Amino acid sequence: MSGIIKSSIARKVSMGLSALFLLIFLLQHLIVNFSSVLSAEMFNEFSHFMGTNPLVQFVLQPILIFGVVFHFVMGFILEIRNNRARDVKYVQYKGSANSSWMSRNMIYSGIVILAFLGLHFYDFWFPEIGYKYIHFLPEDPNRYYGELVEKFHDPIRVILYCLAFVFLALHLLHGFSSSFQSVGFNNKYSPAVHKTGKVYAILIPLGFVFIALFHYFNSL
Amino acid sequence: MNLTLKIWRQKNADAKGGMETYKVENISPDSSFLEMLDILNDQLINEGKEPVAFDHDCREGICGMCSLQINGQPHGPGRGITTCQLHMRKFRDGDTIYIEPFRAKAFPVIKDLVVDRTSFDRIQHAGGYISVNTSGNTQDANAIPIEKHNADKAFDAATCIGCGACVAACKNASAMLFTSAKVSQFALLPQGRVEATERVLNMVKQMDLEGFGNCSNTGACELECPKGISLENIARMNREYLKASVK
Repeated sequence: MSGIIKSSIARKVSMGLSALFLLIFLLQHLIVNFSSVLSAEMFNEFSHFMGTNPLVQFVLQPILIFGVVFHFVMGFILEIRNNRARDVKYVQYKGSANSSWMSRNMIYSGIVILAFLGLHFYDFWFPEIGYKYIHFLPEDPNRYYGELVEKFHDPIRVILYCLAFVFLALHLLHGFSSSFQSVGFNNKYSPAVHKTGKVYAILIPLGFVFIALFHYFNSL
Repeated sequence: MNLTLKIWRQKNADAKGGMETYKVENISPDSSFLEMLDILNDQLINEGKEPVAFDHDCREGICGMCSLQINGQPHGPGRGITTCQLHMRKFRDGDTIYIEPFRAKAFPVIKDLVVDRTSFDRIQHAGGYISVNTSGNTQDANAIPIEKHNADKAFDAATCIGCGACVAACKNASAMLFTSAKVSQFALLPQGRVEATERVLNMVKQMDLEGFGNCSNTGACELECPKGISLENIARMNREYLKASVK
């Protein structure tokens, strides 16, 4: 069994599965965040539910954290191993002749997303954990919208968020269809998966950019 | 055509190699790339120098022997061809052409542009075969009905000539396209199902032992493959591996 876990295909499939899980999470995150554009009450309601529901907090959240950490750690492991597989580099290597920039630079778009996650956690997740589980402050179901909007008053933060979403789009442009291929899904529906992937990779980050800009311009 | 060639020269497997520059003149645009290298070697021999070592055999695109990374691409510019099928008309007069060996830890350089691709042989030995009765009672393969769709796909996979362009093109030096073609050509046929479980597990294990990289689905292998082996085979190998792992 350990041989199977150590195999290149097991690593590839696990990378694909964690990516598919994160793709679903991103869509859910966008839907919740987009409600803040539509109505403050709706966003507060969604956030209060997500922030207090035991299933979300103590089952889904740990799974999500594991998924994120696993995806990043495995990404770095694969990058190191792949670099070792070509110990002497080419003098001339024309990668652009046969593959997309996005597919060859997933590690770099991934590193930018990791850096963004650091900022995002500093902005929202750590204060939230502190509020609930360190300071044990009384729950106020109407606090979420104000906390969100306050963060987007800062133009530097808005620029950093938008820049990170551009790299997220680049990552997804290859990552969406790649995750399907990795888990062995390649059949007559694959062209549809590719097209859906392109739409997803542009619309999801664009949605996040829109939310950040909406709250920034609303605050002016 | 007059050309400048930058060629990787390396005395032997242990020597430190480097790029050296050569000039060739009056090359016909209709000559093949390997013929151009033959002309260079004639020139070097006449000058009393060591000719450039490079692999070649059938020179008609079916043996998989010729390799070469030409201007950063395996088998040079163009799709669906081996180096022996590459013609000098693909280049322009006065061009500088970079010629390097296929690079991968699992393809060590033997000399100059010749690399050791026996790692592919060892992957094949690990399971790239079927056991048949050779006592004279062998069943006629044509008597076993096979769906046209599957027969075509198995045949497509079997056209892999094992040249190693997939490894050379892949940014990770992954051999998954080669291995998956060799797994698929049997996985799709009833004769191959008998040993399907051990085959995929053993071939993947050997592939990993050889030190090839992991596939990250860039698709470079498929585009550079002289036989157009599809990424679909890698997905099939992944499925075969998962099925075999839970058995």
